[in-house]
Amino acid sequence: MAASLRRTQPVIVQTFSRFLKNKQDLLRNVERCIHDSLPVCQSVASPVGKQVATLVPGDGVGPDMMNSLRDVFTHAGVPIEFEEYFLSEVQQGQSVSLDTVVESFKRNGVGIKGIITTPSHFKGGILQTLNMKLRSELDLFANVVVIKSLPGLKTKHNNLDFVIIREQTEGEYSALEHESVKGVVECLKIITREKSRRIAKFAFDYAVKHKRNKVTAVHKANIMKLGDGLFLQCCEEVASYYPTIKFENMIIDNCCMQLVSNPHQFDVMVMPNLYGNIVDNLAAGLVGGAGVVPGESYSRDSAMFEQGARHAFADAVGRNIANPTAVLLSGCNMLKHIHLDYHAKVIEDAVHRVIKSAKVRTKDLGGHSTTNDFTHAIIEQLHNN
Amino acid sequence: MASRLLRKAIVCFSEKVTPQSLSSCRQMSSGVQQITMIPGDGIGPEISQSVKDIFSASGVPVEWEDVDVTPVKGPDGNFRLPQKIFDSMSRTKVGLKGPLATPIGKGHQSLNLALRKAFTLYANVRPCKSIEGFKTPYNNVDLVTIRENTEGEYSGIEHIIVDGVVQSIKLITEEASMRVAEYAFKYAHDNNRDSVTAVHKANIMYRMSDGLFLKCCRHVAEKNPDMKFREMYLDTVCLNMVQDPTQFDVSAFEVIREGKVLTGDLGGSSKCSELTQEICRKVQELA
Repeated sequence: MAASLRRTQPVIVQTFSRFLKNKQDLLRNVERCIHDSLPVCQSVASPVGKQVATLVPGDGVGPDMMNSLRDVFTHAGVPIEFEEYFLSEVQQGQSVSLDTVVESFKRNGVGIKGIITTPSHFKGGILQTLNMKLRSELDLFANVVVIKSLPGLKTKHNNLDFVIIREQTEGEYSALEHESVKGVVECLKIITREKSRRIAKFAFDYAVKHKRNKVTAVHKANIMKLGDGLFLQCCEEVASYYPTIKFENMIIDNCCMQLVSNPHQFDVMVMPNLYGNIVDNLAAGLVGGAGVVPGESYSRDSAMFEQGARHAFADAVGRNIANPTAVLLSGCNMLKHIHLDYHAKVIEDAVHRVIKSAKVRTKDLGGHSTTNDFTHAIIEQLHNN
Repeated sequence: MASRLLRKAIVCFSEKVTPQSLSSCRQMSSGVQQITMIPGDGIGPEISQSVKDIFSASGVPVEWEDVDVTPVKGPDGNFRLPQKIFDSMSRTKVGLKGPLATPIGKGHQSLNLALRKAFTLYANVRPCKSIEGFKTPYNNVDLVTIRENTEGEYSGIEHIIVDGVVQSIKLITEEASMRVAEYAFKYAHDNNRDSVTAVHKANIMYRMSDGLFLKCCRHVAEKNPDMKFREMYLDTVCLNMVQDPTQFDVSAFEVIREGKVLTGDLGGSSKCSELTQEICRKVQELA
């Protein structure tokens, strides 16, 4: 004990002195800036500790949700600044270019995004949608949706707590389609070993980090023996490196059935692209719908936070009825990601308290309150710790 | 499970004694209908036996023709279904099938798939109805999923481009899409349903392939103006279905689209349901 202390002591002293020196430098810098009216240096321009995040409001009710998020963040005094860009595929006139948004995400490393609607009418040309382009440009390969029952919100299944991890850069969303002869369309699904291994490793690492016990790989390898077979094989390989985590596999159809009949058996689930989309939505339905489930996407060095079930809810635009819970909880996850845990907790608690008290609820949760009422109720709760 | 198989068999039988179908019964010299029975793997043989027992106990005039579908090695070295099953099915035109296991990620082609291809069983019909007295989180469920069964993701066309890169092909043809769309509308008419929902994913991926499917559905919908027609995205359907399954009536699903999600509500297992399609086809023939 004493020996180890002796060993670490110099390190501590060193770090401390370096810290002091840094602080003195900083102070000197500030003084110099103020007194000598030199060009203002970075640390003064943006207060120390204030983080910058990208914000893409998206289509449908996205902008309203983001307003609600901003209100709550302002009242909670979150030291964050947003770089807002409007990106849209249905209102192309007002949209900024994809490059601007990608560049911003790369610079900030973190951001929050609403839902970008994809027009279902395809008029020739590029098959890739804006969402797909954004994901592939940033290489946001892993989508994580944590399905957690909200306390006090009664649904058909209660106390759910599991995680869905989805590969979202390949698979069915490859945008490779062609009409071989008239009336015969071929659509390619691509599965690669590299990306399958990467997502499998991500899932197991996630399980270890968040103290989960089991990973279930979801596939359809009985029919797609090569494609999904490769995915499953990669998951099995990776699983062998994580002996403490239990590994199971399940066929997608059975998985859907188990989700509605016995969802408590799941812990962490990992799957290719399309199955992820289906399971995300199905599972979101189990705990209250698209309005309450947050989600997040990760690449090697950036993180994007968005709703877990991606619906723009275009019918509700201007009607002040949408539920901002999903966006607020996504915001909290973002704050946790940039180590603003205190603020995240304050907001999360407020959201939970409002939902639990059941006095102010939006239409999707069986209430009659408006989005604004709900937001104000949360703001009031912020300071009632 | 056994009760499920039994229910199907009863549907098959009860439809046979309706007045319209008497004519077809009369053609049989003995009045005994032959039915191909594929007991299947796992619990298959047990549940098939229970169906047989109950049928003989209630004096149903059917004769079971048991067929073993253990794959045999063909001349080209590939495993395939034995010829017996094809002979038997083409004679009886109707069969009751237990669950068939499919090796995962390797081995021979799914036998379920082979059967569907061999007999062009293009429409899979699953009426999902709550059973009285059996409590589930969802009650009063009454919807029908209709699934295109021969193409799409189940085309079985796959290849390895280079090591570690696999390409699977989802195939959509106008012919098959039209066929299943027409079937869905006809089914809805015949069974007094109010609406047909086409489930697709033509927005994100599959803009062309699901686009074609959707076009076919719209085309058929135009020809059936009295039937309400809706289009919905697959993910939206999943979300809404687990929240409120009562809003759906007939759904024209595509192959992989999880109609099976609902069988969970009914406390069944999805694997033995391939047979409904054959029965319903038979029912249609007789009607």
